[in-house]
This record gives sequence, C-alpha cells and structure tokens, in this order.
Amino acid sequence: MSWAGKILRVNLKAGTVKAEPLNMDWARQYIGSRGLASKYLVEEIDPKVDPLSADNKIIWATGPLTGTMASTGGRYTVVTKGPLTGAIACSNSGGYWGAELKMAGWDMIIFEGKSPKPVYLFIQDDVAELRDASGLWGKSVWDTEALLKKQLQDPQVRVSSIGGAGENQVLFASVVNDLHRAAGRSGVGAVMGSKNLKAIAVRGTLGVGNLVDPKAFLKVTAEKKKILAENALTGQGLPAYGTQVLMNIINEVGALPTRNHRDVQFEGAKDISAEAMGTPRKTDGKKPLVTNQACFGCTIACGRIQTIDKNHFTIVNKPQYQGASGGLEYEAAWALGAANGVNDLDALQYANLLCNEHGMDPISFGATVGAVMELYEMGVLTKEQLGIDANFGSAQALAHFAEITAKGEGFGKEIGQGSKRLTAKYGHPDLSMSSKGQEFPAYDSRGIQGIGLGYATSNRGGCHLRGYTVASEVAGIPVKTDPLTAEGKPELVKAFQDATAAYDSSGLCIFTTFAWGLPDLADQLAPACGSEFTLENVATIGERIWNMERDFNNRAGFTSKDDVLPKRLVTEAAKTGPAKGLVSKVPEMLPKYYEIRGWDGDGQLKAETRKRLGL
Amino acid sequence: MQKSLHIDPEKCTGCLQCEMACSYENYATFAPAKSRIKVFDFHYTGRKVPYTCTQCDEAWCLHACPVEAITVDAIGAKVVNEATCVGCKVCTIACPFGTVNYVQETGKVQKCDLCGGEPACAEACPTGAITYVDANWTGIGKMQAWADKLGNQPAAA
Repeated sequence: MSWAGKILRVNLKAGTVKAEPLNMDWARQYIGSRGLASKYLVEEIDPKVDPLSADNKIIWATGPLTGTMASTGGRYTVVTKGPLTGAIACSNSGGYWGAELKMAGWDMIIFEGKSPKPVYLFIQDDVAELRDASGLWGKSVWDTEALLKKQLQDPQVRVSSIGGAGENQVLFASVVNDLHRAAGRSGVGAVMGSKNLKAIAVRGTLGVGNLVDPKAFLKVTAEKKKILAENALTGQGLPAYGTQVLMNIINEVGALPTRNHRDVQFEGAKDISAEAMGTPRKTDGKKPLVTNQACFGCTIACGRIQTIDKNHFTIVNKPQYQGASGGLEYEAAWALGAANGVNDLDALQYANLLCNEHGMDPISFGATVGAVMELYEMGVLTKEQLGIDANFGSAQALAHFAEITAKGEGFGKEIGQGSKRLTAKYGHPDLSMSSKGQEFPAYDSRGIQGIGLGYATSNRGGCHLRGYTVASEVAGIPVKTDPLTAEGKPELVKAFQDATAAYDSSGLCIFTTFAWGLPDLADQLAPACGSEFTLENVATIGERIWNMERDFNNRAGFTSKDDVLPKRLVTEAAKTGPAKGLVSKVPEMLPKYYEIRGWDGDGQLKAETRKRLGL
Repeated sequence: MQKSLHIDPEKCTGCLQCEMACSYENYATFAPAKSRIKVFDFHYTGRKVPYTCTQCDEAWCLHACPVEAITVDAIGAKVVNEATCVGCKVCTIACPFGTVNYVQETGKVQKCDLCGGEPACAEACPTGAITYVDANWTGIGKMQAWADKLGNQPAAA
C-alpha cells in the first residue's frame, strides 16, 4: 500500500524509542507527509503550547510516494508548532533523506519532550536508538554530516540535522539534509534545537515495495514522467535555469519586492538572475553555475550547484566555501539580493552557503536584513549597534549579518528573532514585511494580487508554497489570470491551496504542478495506495488538510485580524512597472475568500464546513 | 551485435531512478541499497557519476571464481549463477572496479547482468546519462560532439 505502516515514537526526556503501527484510518484521510503528520500533531498537542517548550512535539514524515519511482518521490516534511509564527509549521525538503527513512521501513518519527543532553537518533532499518551528540553540538550542518558518516563508518548514511542557528534557537532556523536541501521555513530547526536533538542519521536498505498494483504504478509513473519531460518549464526551463528563471520575469512584471518592499522593481535584477549565473564572471572568467542537480527520484533536476570566485572578498582564505555547492534558488537570490538592494551574486551565494552550513532560512534571514537596512537608513539603528554600515546595497553588510546571525553573535541575536520582533523592538512594527510573523518571499502583493491573499491566509505565515497562484497570474498555468485584479482571486487562491496540500502530503514535489494537475496526482496515488484515491477524494483531502491546519491556528489564538498584510502593501502604491499606482486588495478579497471557504466573519470554520470535510 | 551500457556522467543529475529500477528488476522493491549500479556524488566539484560493471572480456571475477559460478551469457554479460555461488567473495577481491558485491541476505554475490539484454537502469534514466548501445560504438556520441565543434570552426584564412 506504499506506506511503510510503521512510525517511530521517540520520547526525548525518557530516552525511549518505540515502534507503533501507522494509523491507517488517518492515512486514508490525510495521505501522508504534511497532511498526516499535521493530523498527528493537532491530535497530540495543545494548540496554545509554547513552541520552544518541552510540551511541543516535532514530526518528520514521508508520504506514500516517497521512495518510489514516481518522479520527485523523495520528499519529507517536518511538522511542529512554529516559534516564528506561533502557527502550525510545516516545511518540506527534497534531497535523499526522506527516501532513506522510508526505505528503512518508517513513515514518520514523532519526537516528544526534551532531552537532558544533546542526542541524535540513529536508524538502520529496524534498529533505532538515541545516541550521545555532545561531540556534535556546536558543529555546523556540514561538519555534523561528515562526522556522523565517519563515526558510523558508513558513507551511505543520510543525515537531517541542525547547525548553530537551530541550537541557538534562531527563530527561522531550518533543518538541513544532504548538505544543502532544507526544511527551510517557520523555524522548525529552532524547535529541534530546543529539544537538544542534533540530527537524525538514517540508513535504509529494506526498500519500498508493497504497492497495491506495481505494474500499473510503473506504467502510469512512466507516462507522467513523459509529461514532465515534454513540458517547457519542467522539461527545459527548470533544469537549465532553476527557479532563478523567474528573476527577470518577476522584475518585468513589477512584482520583485526591493529594499524591504519600498520598490517593486530592482535595477540589479539582471546581475543576480539565472542568466547571470550562466555567464562567465568578469573577475575569474568562470561561470557561477557548475551544473544542475536532482533530488531523489526527480526527473526535473532544478537544483543549482554553484561556485564563488576564489578571490571574492567573502571567501578569501576560507577553503570550505571554495568548491562547488548548493546554489541560489530564486527565493534565496531574491531575499539575499533584491530585498536588500544587493546585486553582488557571489556575496549572495556566500550568504546562501552560510544559511545551508548553519541551518537558516535564507528567505526570513534576507528579509529581516532588509528591515534592518531600512531602519539603519532611517537612523533608528546605528553602525555601533550593527557593527557595520548597513545601507541598502551593501554586500559587506549582508555577509557580516549572515556570519553573526548564524553564530548568534552581537546584533545577529536580534536578527535571529525575525523582522516582526526586531522592528517592534525598535518602534517600527509596520516595517516587518511579514504575515503572522513570517517574512514574505519573492513576490510583491501589489503586482501579483492573488499571492497577496495567499500570504495573508497561509497557515504557516507569509509563504508562496501554500498556494502558488503566481503560476496562473504570471505563467498562465493552468489558465492565465490578470495579476493586477482581485476578481476571481479568492477562488484561485483556494484552489491552489487545497491542491498543494494534497501534493505536499503525497511525498511528491510541488514543482511538478507546472506540468501536472490534481488528476495526475490521483492517477499515481491510486495504484500505489488504493483505488479510493480518486480525483474527487484527493481534492477533498486537500481541502480537509487546509481546514485542519486553519482550525489548529484558530485554537492557538489566530483570528481574522491575523489574515492581513503590513500597512505598506495596502497603503503605499507600487511606484513603477505594470502595477504602478496599485496597492494590495487583500481587504477587499478576504470576505469572499472566507465565504467560499465556509468560514464565518472571524475566519472560524462553520459547523457545516467541519461536517462536510469530516473534521 | 553485442551491446554495452554506456555512461555519460556529464548528463547525470543524481536522481537515482537507475538505482530504483535496478533494485526493482531484481528484488521487486525500490531500494538503492540493493542496486547493482551506484551513482556517486562528488559534492565539491558538482560531478555525479553512475558506476557499474563494464562486462570485461577477460573478466577477473569469472577467472577468480573457484566454483565457476560466473559465466558468460548469450549477450556477453558475466552472470552469477546463484545456485552454484558459495559466497566465498573471492570475485569481490579480484574485481579491480568493485562492481561485484556480496549480499548478506542471500549469502551470494551480485553484479550487473544487463537484465538479459534490456537494462532497466538505461530504460529509467531520464537524461540519457545511461544508454545501452552498440558495444563497438560507445564513443560515437563524443565523436559526434567533437565533429560538430570542429566543423563549426571558421576555415583558416
């Protein structure tokens, strides 16, 4: 049935590791990964729990298609209550770790309590035990992975871990696997750190093989791979340019947030774009982009492998950054670049490497630096406080902040609290470009209206991955809608949010949806998991998951007052480009969105909605 | 015509579809741990290299086997006869390339057998990094690429 059928429950306080059967009723109602782990979380924790307390739980979960030959079937999700937002946090990652866990015979791992001392979980198929991690505490993600492979004498072990950011409880700390793939957002790494849990090292040799109809599965997954190969974006654009294909496009659309959203177009966009990554540097004549790379099972291969000029000021005499490593994705390039007005591609990649090495979300980090630079230019923050001149555009300041934030030094401690807390502390809460405390990614809500509604209503705070309406509003997938209008957007946002929840729960990557629709997901789930996974059922499951997450947030204390964007986006009009003169129309879209969601005016689920979705 | 697995590391993205296809072909499970082809990821250079048995003509493994469990089949593959193999592992020592390996679950060794002439890895590879081609012409792709490069040079004045 494609699920392993077993979960691990780890009590960090008692130091126990126990196997449990997977709740198959829930698996059928929530599929796996995001949906299923969220179901376990909402059943097991008090929504009002302090995210960094021992009473919070944190779950690593695969989906039923993780570790199969379905294209992109390698993903896992980390689910917990997030410290950055106070909302449900749910971040997924590719690489190889997720498939390894599944092949060891486990669907998910639930961690409870807090360990009295640093530990890591070691899993080799049926064997799972907590081990001392005092020798790993303080080490970076990269060193942790290398040390574990050495200590365990197994180069094939896969590691999911935190670096200094997670240990120091940077509120946007990520969990990183395979050196540069991350469950990046909402501070899941800080929760891991709060529990003294350093890493999960897995070696899985059992494999995944109990599909309902393997022959049909292999046939249908081969057909779906062909669709990806023949699609212009998944077959050509993403492998060649990565998500960075968007930099120049979004800039032209007039929706590239620049200098903490003061502007919507960045004059330096071309310098930090995919095209720049493919052009030899003027300094050393080498192309920044070395090659593309796939995650486990992925036939798209959008990942970037990139170098920095060895003589660039950021990495002189630092050999660990002088080889090829995980490169800039669009969101990171934007957050580290346009959001701060920095157009030095090598400096961006240096900051990106630090985010990977020490386990930080580059989106929230970069966006918080944008707010710091604005406060500096306003005279609210000074050079003495920051340790450096921090005008917009300063690559030196970006590199400096990346170093001190990861290590928790000096002003880095304050950056590590995220922009909401930082701007509030200095008396300018309106300058945090965030929703529910989580910083926005790389699309401006004035130039792409639907994504603004998506940010305001996202269950994990400001995020593009909960409902990527940019696909429709900019790229015309599945149908073109006008990015500048509010009309039809509540429906569009809801459709994207629900479909994404289903995809995220399967173990597949959301990037497939540039070529696949929900029917393609159902087609692959049915032969793997059972014929009840029809299109209609999968669509309902997506909506059920969205509402379950929302209900958790409501019980945690969120209301309609939290479904808002910062003042800047609803009062300061875009200055240039196609959206010139426009503000975000979220206040106008919200009532309609609540109505089609089946929520009341305060954003709470109506009784009939609960009943319809089986909640 | 004899055919060979031909590997072009430049095209490999590290997706491991080949490893899953290999394990599925032989064990009906998706398990890279059981695969006879391995993809190596050299992180510091960004290179990814699929690696498996090259089916040597004078195969060290075949000559080393004390019970003659390794034989040449109709398509030229060096095949392990599991019924004969005693799991002594001498072939794993003899092979200079490390592509014959012991399987503790069966007590035998395993190596690539070209799937009887339809290698699952080549079929599954999405980028053409692994192909199954005329054994006499494994270089034809490179020849073509260089011929194209040379042919595009402007003629000397």
